[in-house]
Amino acid sequence: MSKAKVARKSTLIDMTAMSDVTVLLLTFFMLTSTFVKKEPVQVKTPGSVSEIKIPETNILQILIDPKGKVFMSLDKQADMVNSLESVGKEYGITFTPEEYQKFKLQKTFGVNIKDMKQFLALKSEAQDAELQNLGIPTDSVDNQFKVWVKNARISNGAELRIAIKADQATPYKVIKQVMNSLQDLNENRYNLITSLKVESSAKK
Amino acid sequence: MAELQTNDGGGKKKKGGSKQKKVHVHVDFTPMVDMNMLLITFFMLCTSLSKPQTMEIVMPTNKDTKEDNQSAVKASQAITILVTGGDSIYYYEGQPKYDDYTTLKQSSYEPTGLRGFLLRRNGDAVTKINDLKKKKLDLKISATDYTKQVSDIRNGKLTPTVIIKATDAATYKNLIDVLDEMAICNIGKYVIDKITPGDRLLIKNKQSKSNSSANLAN
Repeated sequence: MSKAKVARKSTLIDMTAMSDVTVLLLTFFMLTSTFVKKEPVQVKTPGSVSEIKIPETNILQILIDPKGKVFMSLDKQADMVNSLESVGKEYGITFTPEEYQKFKLQKTFGVNIKDMKQFLALKSEAQDAELQNLGIPTDSVDNQFKVWVKNARISNGAELRIAIKADQATPYKVIKQVMNSLQDLNENRYNLITSLKVESSAKK
Repeated sequence: MAELQTNDGGGKKKKGGSKQKKVHVHVDFTPMVDMNMLLITFFMLCTSLSKPQTMEIVMPTNKDTKEDNQSAVKASQAITILVTGGDSIYYYEGQPKYDDYTTLKQSSYEPTGLRGFLLRRNGDAVTKINDLKKKKLDLKISATDYTKQVSDIRNGKLTPTVIIKATDAATYKNLIDVLDEMAICNIGKYVIDKITPGDRLLIKNKQSKSNSSANLAN
């Protein structure tokens, strides 16, 4: 028998079309998505039918985890430094320029102001690990949360919006405490961050 | 990899005159695809597609709560919702009767529960707003007119006023769910208030189905 002839075919696959698709996908992702902010605690926001989008800038975000720990974040670094300075002044603590520099790089902060110096002295990995066990005190004895909000408002002016982002399992007790603190400061307009819930229409 | 293949070998059979060479330009896109896939993976993992929604609320001020600033709500228009933990929710209309637990009604977060009740109570406004929505879809009125008229209807004189009170056992989700119902049922006037001992007593009586007013004095 004669040897079976193996047809020599080129195995080259034209990847041009595939490349087109991936570039398209990439463009889509780049245009539609926003970067996830690093947050010390995972928060699952409750769903709501509200369709208002939150503005991206000038937000004081209050992050509340299910256990009731409170964290805050400001989007402008200059405001963070100003707030820290004035909060420190109220508690009689002064910070060095290096400490301000380190504080600026924090995405979210939530440390008892008295421990702030020690916290800022840590390396950034250690800070991340430590931060989730801390939180700003909100109790009525030492309501540092109130002081932070007050000073953030002073350094930011009237434009600053307050947004509360809380986990859906957070007990109302904690929310009430935060809301009461805000009420005491006469901050009566704020946003509650929720995620989109698909809901059947309101028709009967 | 790009390869340029010039096909000039074995040109003996070619027609004599034309000297144009056949050139195949072949660019291998595989590395490009690899890189793109990597980038896509990066973007998928490090970014979030959905922007968070938000709900705007306005709380009453603590300051200047003088008598003349407070507007009393007509009992016939007031609905008080008591949010406790779990799936059930309680409400009463108008003034509560502390000695009669049946004035407190139990409801749920189901569409037929609280929402059904609120839609019935706010029926006029809901139908009006639905009409407006239709008009807006047919482009009969502009968006600014629409929002203005909707807020007029919502804050009209005859729409119910809802007072939301939550116990400490309630979760944030419960609160948001109730606020959501306000948005769905087009209720413009609602307020989050502190729970009173009387309300707690009502819930307790409802749960034990007795009319004890032992704690009423508190």
